[in-house]
Amino acid sequence: MVNEQTPTHHQAEADDRALFGFWIYLMTDLLMFSVLFAVYAVLHDNTDGGKTGKELFDLNLALTGTIILLVSSFTCGVGMIAARAGRKNQVLTWFGLTFILGLSFLALEFNEFSILIREGHTIQSNAFLSSFFALVGTHGLHIIAGLLWIAVTLGYIVKRGLNSNMVRKLAMLSLFWHFLDIVWIFIFTIVYLRAFV
Amino acid sequence: MKEFLLGKINMDSLPHEWFTFGGSLAFIGLGLFLVIVITRLKRWNWLWKEWITTVDPKKIGIMYFLVSGFMLVRGGLETLMIWLQQSFSVDKSHGFLTADHFQQIFTAHGNIMVFFVAMGFIFGLINYIVPLQIGARDLASPFLNTLGFWLFAAGAIMVSMFFLLGGQYAATGWLAVAPLSGKEFSPGVGVDYWIWSLQISGIGTTLGAINFVMTILKMRAPGMSLGKMPLFTWGAFCSMIMAVAVFPLLTATLFLMFFDRYLGAHFFTTVGGGDPMMYTNLIWMWGHPEVYILMLPCFGIFSEVVSTFSRKPIASYKSNVLGMIGVSTFALSVWLHHFFTMGAGADVNAFFGVMTMIIAIPTSALVFNWIATMYKGRINFSTPMLWFLGFIAVFSIGGMSGVLLAIPPADFQLHNSLFLVAHFHSMVIGGVLFGVFCGISYWFPKFTGLRLNERIGRYAFWFWTIGFCLSFIPMYILGLMGATRRLDHYDSSTGWRPLFIVMLVGGIVIAVGLALQIVQIIATFIQKNHLRDTTGDPWNARSLEWATASPPPFYNFTTIPEVSSIDAFWEMKHNGIPETKYQDIHIPKNTAAGFYISCFAFLVGFAFVWEIVWLAVVSIIGIIVVFIFRGFNDEPEYILTAREVQDLEEARTKKHLERTKLANDDDTEDMGVIDFIKIVISFAKDIVVNKRWRKW
Repeated sequence: MVNEQTPTHHQAEADDRALFGFWIYLMTDLLMFSVLFAVYAVLHDNTDGGKTGKELFDLNLALTGTIILLVSSFTCGVGMIAARAGRKNQVLTWFGLTFILGLSFLALEFNEFSILIREGHTIQSNAFLSSFFALVGTHGLHIIAGLLWIAVTLGYIVKRGLNSNMVRKLAMLSLFWHFLDIVWIFIFTIVYLRAFV
Repeated sequence: MKEFLLGKINMDSLPHEWFTFGGSLAFIGLGLFLVIVITRLKRWNWLWKEWITTVDPKKIGIMYFLVSGFMLVRGGLETLMIWLQQSFSVDKSHGFLTADHFQQIFTAHGNIMVFFVAMGFIFGLINYIVPLQIGARDLASPFLNTLGFWLFAAGAIMVSMFFLLGGQYAATGWLAVAPLSGKEFSPGVGVDYWIWSLQISGIGTTLGAINFVMTILKMRAPGMSLGKMPLFTWGAFCSMIMAVAVFPLLTATLFLMFFDRYLGAHFFTTVGGGDPMMYTNLIWMWGHPEVYILMLPCFGIFSEVVSTFSRKPIASYKSNVLGMIGVSTFALSVWLHHFFTMGAGADVNAFFGVMTMIIAIPTSALVFNWIATMYKGRINFSTPMLWFLGFIAVFSIGGMSGVLLAIPPADFQLHNSLFLVAHFHSMVIGGVLFGVFCGISYWFPKFTGLRLNERIGRYAFWFWTIGFCLSFIPMYILGLMGATRRLDHYDSSTGWRPLFIVMLVGGIVIAVGLALQIVQIIATFIQKNHLRDTTGDPWNARSLEWATASPPPFYNFTTIPEVSSIDAFWEMKHNGIPETKYQDIHIPKNTAAGFYISCFAFLVGFAFVWEIVWLAVVSIIGIIVVFIFRGFNDEPEYILTAREVQDLEEARTKKHLERTKLANDDDTEDMGVIDFIKIVISFAKDIVVNKRWRKW
């Protein structure tokens, strides 16, 4: 905020602060997930006579979803390299790919949820399923938010070109996306893999 | 169709009891009154431009004070209702409140006092003072700050909405413990209002806290290392870090509760494998640190005040900072002492009991530090210092009763008794509220350029302190006699009644104290020439907020100060104040986005309370759209050129000289209460006799 600095320096400081703030936000989000994980850990055996995770989950499906999401993190990372190099078309391609992969992940999850619900295993069935739907569903909602964010950002990049402001927004977006990936790895381990141990 | 449009709202939801009628009339009446006054004065545009869309943390701080001050009066009325009921509802008499209504009142009292009074005052002070103390021009993200405030305001309205629609608030106690708060035992909308008012204001708090952590870490003046930061900023910093660490837990827990009630999930239910005690754990994991979030900035205020008014640097800056860090660290691992009776076993209880007692160590380090600061100081007993001394007395008693409660076997006896209630009121009134009053009387000259009326301020202090002792010492005794909390009726053979009546008298004395504080502020503005602070440094203070004009310009400092010691302003005063260099300043532009998002957030909450799906969907889309527009389209800043700054500063200096002249010509004294009453009567007479009201 001091005048002796050039305007770009001022902008760089603001960017630095924004990114730092976004990191803190991610930590608060992680804490929300930690509550959901803790709740799942407490309640995962409370099936109230219903089916257990082992009987309900399809590990292959979950693994497919995991691989899709991991690949999307990779494409997102490559997109970020392109963004820092200022290559607009590559950014559109790689983030477009990320979007499609994210959407397929979401479709898989939607499919899983709808099968469970159709067979009568809903959030109301028992505490185990309540905590399952809350944890995995919250992650899914974050993915939806991420997809919306990607779509809007790409729209603005097409319209206005890839300026430094957009690169900053992409940097936050990619942080968010990788964050969701990390959370998913924990979900995959604690919810799906653990059920089959 | 009707159900689709209006959800659960029907004729029964409209007010049909005396208290909902009264509340609704007050609600609507106040709204209408404000609308009429603003329209008559043609101030809508001014209100929108200067206040609603402002990003200036100083103005936002003032708005926090206004909301919290109003809520303090409301929460205080509830206190009097509780104590009136307890004084009269003995044997055959059942008082003037039904059991259910009584429960709603103490629930609302707790929520309002913690969330909308204490939290609001603390955020107001942090907003106003922290940027000035660290020599910053504004916050890291001015937009997040407006958003935080307006979400807080939306929560404050939500907590009063039940008067208008629904007619009932949660009757569950301020933390809405499960399974009582589940759909099965609380089928009405009261708990839903509780969930959404806390959810909305809680998210606002998280955003505000993120913003202040960023600001304090990234925007300090050159030379101000963490080890040279003023102590109020340290307190605020510890508090905001804690808020970042625990408010997400509240958000998540409230969502789970919402899933239980709205979607029929089984997190905290007694059936379907749910675990009600998990709710108690989760909510106290947030709830206990929450009281320290309120307390730490007050520790900071007291550190500033005691060193300024003793004319000494703080006795040991390092141990003071370490004390605050110690308190905020230990505070995260003591939550279980709220429910030793859960049956977690001796090992767990012992751990949490010991941790709780350990907290007393950094806290006492702070107290001894303040006392050591006073030792051999030249103490100036102005009102801020009086509040500090009152705090030391009340807080020490409260702290010792806390250590007693930390012993699990003792706690099994005292759990949920009035002894506990007296303990935490000693901490929250004696600690937080006295701290806030101390801070406001200390910084009032900074906010307005006027010193507060000292005479009435002293009366207010004594009424508060004596009233406090009258109310809460009997409460300790009652607790030891076995009176449990939240009693709406008891038997006279218990022998409790005289003490309950003393409590009520104490409550009335406190109410007089509160009224005197309002009188004090009005009296200050009546005598504004006499009370004008012409020096800009009325207390001979030590930290940077006094190094600029009072009230400060919207850019805070013309030249960002350079800092080389802990008492930066003191140093400046002794080594000569550096020459003013005018320079271009980046100023954040006003934005209405925070206000719009909060309006939509309010509607989301309202829609979920009444299960109006379309409204919830529309409002959520509204929030997303505003966010996208704000994120991608706003030009966040403009530049104020050096020339403009110079013009503004010269205009201000000129005005200041005029005011100084007026102040010097005025040789009246601080008015007392009787003078005030005389002035009010003559003012009223003037309006009636000269028919001034006709102009309206």
